[in-house]
Amino acid sequence: MRLICPLCGPRDRREFYYSGSEDYLNRPTPDAPAEAWDDMLHLRDNPAGVTRDLWYHETGCGSWLLVTRSTTTHEILATERVADRKGAGA
Amino acid sequence: MRLADKGLIDRSKLVTFTFDGRSYVGFAGDSLASALLANGVKLMGRSFKYHRPRGVLTAGSEEPNALVEVLDDGQQTPNTRATVQEIHDGLVARSQNRWPNLRWDMLSINDLAAPFLSAGFYYKTFMWPRAFWEGIYEPLIRRAAGLGKLLPKHDTADYDRAFAFCDLLVIGSGPTGLMAALTAAKAGRDVILAEEDHMMGGRLLSDDGQIGGMASADWANATIATLRAMPNVRLMPRTTVVGAYDHGTYSALERVGLHVAHRPHLPRECFWRIVAGQTILATGALERPIAFRNNDRPGIMLAGAVQTYLNRYGVAPGRRVTLFANNDGARIVARQLMAAGVKVAAILDSRPVASVIEDCPVYIDARVTDTKGRHGLTSISVSHAAGSMEVETDLLMLSGGWNPLLHLTCHQNGRPVWREDIAAFVPKPGMIPGLTAAGSANGVFSTAECLAQGRDTAAAVLGLADLPDLPHAEAAPYAIQPFWAVPGEGRAWLDFANDVTVKDVKLSAQEGYVSVEHMKRYTTQGMAPDQGKNSNVGALAVLADATGRGIPETGTTTFRPPYVPVSIAAMGAGGRGVGFAPQRFLTSDQASRDRGAPMIEAGLWYRPSYFPKPGESTWREACDREVMMVRQTVGVADVSTLGKIDIQGRDAARFLDLVYTGTFSTLPVGRVRYGLMLREDGLVMDDGTTARLGENHYLMTTTTAAAGQVMRHLDFVHQAYCADYDLRFISVTESWAQFAVAGPKARQLLNSLLDQPLGDFPFMSCGEVTIEGVKARLFRISFSGEEGYEIAVPTPYGESLFRDLVARAETLGGGPYGMEALNVLRIEKGLITHAEIHGRVTAFDIGAQKMIATKKDCIGKASSTRPGLTGPEREQMVGLRALSDQPIGAGAHLFTPGDKVNRENGQGYVTSVCYSPTLSSWLGLAFLKDGRARHGQQIRLVDHMRKTDVLCEVCDPVFHDPEGGKLRA
Ligand SMILES: [Zn+2]
Repeated sequence: MRLICPLCGPRDRREFYYSGSEDYLNRPTPDAPAEAWDDMLHLRDNPAGVTRDLWYHETGCGSWLLVTRSTTTHEILATERVADRKGAGA
Repeated sequence: MRLADKGLIDRSKLVTFTFDGRSYVGFAGDSLASALLANGVKLMGRSFKYHRPRGVLTAGSEEPNALVEVLDDGQQTPNTRATVQEIHDGLVARSQNRWPNLRWDMLSINDLAAPFLSAGFYYKTFMWPRAFWEGIYEPLIRRAAGLGKLLPKHDTADYDRAFAFCDLLVIGSGPTGLMAALTAAKAGRDVILAEEDHMMGGRLLSDDGQIGGMASADWANATIATLRAMPNVRLMPRTTVVGAYDHGTYSALERVGLHVAHRPHLPRECFWRIVAGQTILATGALERPIAFRNNDRPGIMLAGAVQTYLNRYGVAPGRRVTLFANNDGARIVARQLMAAGVKVAAILDSRPVASVIEDCPVYIDARVTDTKGRHGLTSISVSHAAGSMEVETDLLMLSGGWNPLLHLTCHQNGRPVWREDIAAFVPKPGMIPGLTAAGSANGVFSTAECLAQGRDTAAAVLGLADLPDLPHAEAAPYAIQPFWAVPGEGRAWLDFANDVTVKDVKLSAQEGYVSVEHMKRYTTQGMAPDQGKNSNVGALAVLADATGRGIPETGTTTFRPPYVPVSIAAMGAGGRGVGFAPQRFLTSDQASRDRGAPMIEAGLWYRPSYFPKPGESTWREACDREVMMVRQTVGVADVSTLGKIDIQGRDAARFLDLVYTGTFSTLPVGRVRYGLMLREDGLVMDDGTTARLGENHYLMTTTTAAAGQVMRHLDFVHQAYCADYDLRFISVTESWAQFAVAGPKARQLLNSLLDQPLGDFPFMSCGEVTIEGVKARLFRISFSGEEGYEIAVPTPYGESLFRDLVARAETLGGGPYGMEALNVLRIEKGLITHAEIHGRVTAFDIGAQKMIATKKDCIGKASSTRPGLTGPEREQMVGLRALSDQPIGAGAHLFTPGDKVNRENGQGYVTSVCYSPTLSSWLGLAFLKDGRARHGQQIRLVDHMRKTDVLCEVCDPVFHDPEGGKLRA
């Protein structure tokens, strides 16, 4: 498996640390109800098809990446840096 | 029998080798199989189940019969295919799966017992009683089963692994592969051409044909020479591509040094990972045998294999040859044998309509019905359109048609499609993205078509317009009429390697195993080292016939990597022993070893356990001494393994407030604060100190264990939640060597060393100092409970500073201390490590809930207040003081005295213990239900593993100097 890091180019999967769902990007406000935190921390979809998840270019540039890929065809559909998303600021 | 003037062997180089204890001579360029055939050796192995005598069937890596053990380099490599092993001086090989020897094998009694050993024999026989499964049946089966034997010792030979990248990977160097590689290479693309054989050229080396007016082998050599001269081409002979993975990644096994006797500078094998933009599968096709009674005798070979032995190795594997075929193509081998002066007794064509014009007798509508000759074929029984007959022959060539070698296209679960006209499965386009089959692997068989498809496929997948001309070549059509098995009595072999017959497959269908995957498991067809390469299509044709379905509906089994057997040693190359993980060494490593310190692993780091002194016979003596030394004088320890993260920017303070429970924006410059870091789910991630070196400059320390995790976490929080902050940070763990100097004489030691004596430098201060003009950082922090400092210098100065600190400490009655003493000192002081913050504890549990600042948000704050994460039902950290001299151990569980010791009554568990020389008692840190309310009570510590049962007093975790007077001295 290979991922394309926007900074480093195409790299072997071994350079990356897999973290899980993009849900982690949507941090509830501090006073959000427990259900919102529960959703973000523990509830995951398990799609047969397109999924978006977080990978860390640990032995590369240190970028966190948001990868859109298919769990059935293994196709990588898009890769962007988490920091480049709209609203990545505080 | 070796023929004069034929073959691509080097007749000027004689090679002496040994097979089954006998010495033979061959030529450089011979395979073990060709050299044995040239010496008249036909019997090369024994079959798996019935121990039938077997000879070589093929000339390639798919060989099912001629599997031998090769002994070299202290290794005994089983199941080596004699067709792949090149001979070299000193090669020692022996047959396997026989006792006492190849000609007289006791277990061939199985062959006579064959009526009882049919498919499913083991399943049916070894069922009852159940109690016999492990004790009796398994050892019995294991003794009888298995082909080669492994030596029960470590493989200490060298193996390697490597990576390669290219625009186009071409797998196979026959006409298709050469033309594809040439087309891409001339267009300037980076090309890797991988070939399983040690000689490139594929079937052009064997077919004795013509390309562009020259012998096809000469054309191949000229083309290879052209490719070799191009800087953008990498030729990889002896390399089998064994697996196709996602996104253009392929695994390949290169036999680097298995063809030479002495290889001081060569590994045996190299395991490659090749990343290719595009890949062309030009692996060709494999010939199929035909099933009939006793079709497995030595002397029965595939026609294409005979062609290879004849033209490439100059060997005639028989003197009186017969051919049994269902297609036109195979006849060329008979013609070439005759041209070489070998007698061809008969061509037996299974087709009712076929040409009979050859320079030898041709029989149509022919069937071979039986064979004779136990250790070598002597005659065959034939029925044909006009009658039946016995034919004397010592070499029967078989050709049941050709199967495109499409295994790699199926490695991602794709299924091939059946083509009626060639009676074979072919790949569907797109089964693996970026992989395109061409030539015979794609079901075209003439040389002219292969050359064209190689060129055009390369042009198509790379988008090339400028194409080389195609040389003229043979374009004969491939006329085949499917014929799989001769009906009749007796055993007709399908899978030679695993001894599976037509009858077994029919029995499987009869007993309800009609799915091809079930048939495979019931009969074991396709489960031998050749993985069914010779038998798969034949077996499923028989299954299709038995179930009344067509071959397309019957389908194939799943082809999985690796394509050929790969040694685990090659896949794991470099990972044996210390190669398993990288090693990280401290700057003080040599100094510590010089003092006899045993080193222990801490993650990837190696740290000194303790520093033994003369007269000390146990680690405990050294440890107790080092603890008291720190408490009474001064000790020096290397603490460089702690993670150090340099954090800078106008928003550095804001960022730290977000990742730590405490407030760091209020920390004055020149001060250090303890920080607790939570995971977003409210559990403790890590702890450490962070110093403010300047207005916008902090230095964070992490625990040794969590340094990587914390860096990853900081990057995430920064990039996901506050990417717009003015903030940069980087790990500087390896840039600084840092030493703890602790004890009542610590300041005295430092003042003897620093260029300027320390002025007012209270607990939790930090600042820059100089040592002989070298800038250093000094932190007044303590992990021991004593007056403590940590001094950091750039890594190149680490070793000399350590040696200097230790020497100065010794003049003050102190010295170095290791991990054991460091651990005792911190337990005495109630300080936590990852033994305590092990991923299931909250800030509340460790008594740090007050450290979660109320006026700001932080990662994990919202979750830390959720129900169940605080309260009396939680196991809270406490200290334990043993009430007897009996040692206690971490991992023990806690029970209320008087309660029954069982899981339901468990009150908690112990995470760290030590013998405290300071308090002359065994101490522990533990997590106890409602523990903070139970100080002063007694608790029973039970350790079933160490068989201890000790009463302890529950107390505050801080045993030593609870008021902290010594820290602030
Ligand atoms: Zn990167």
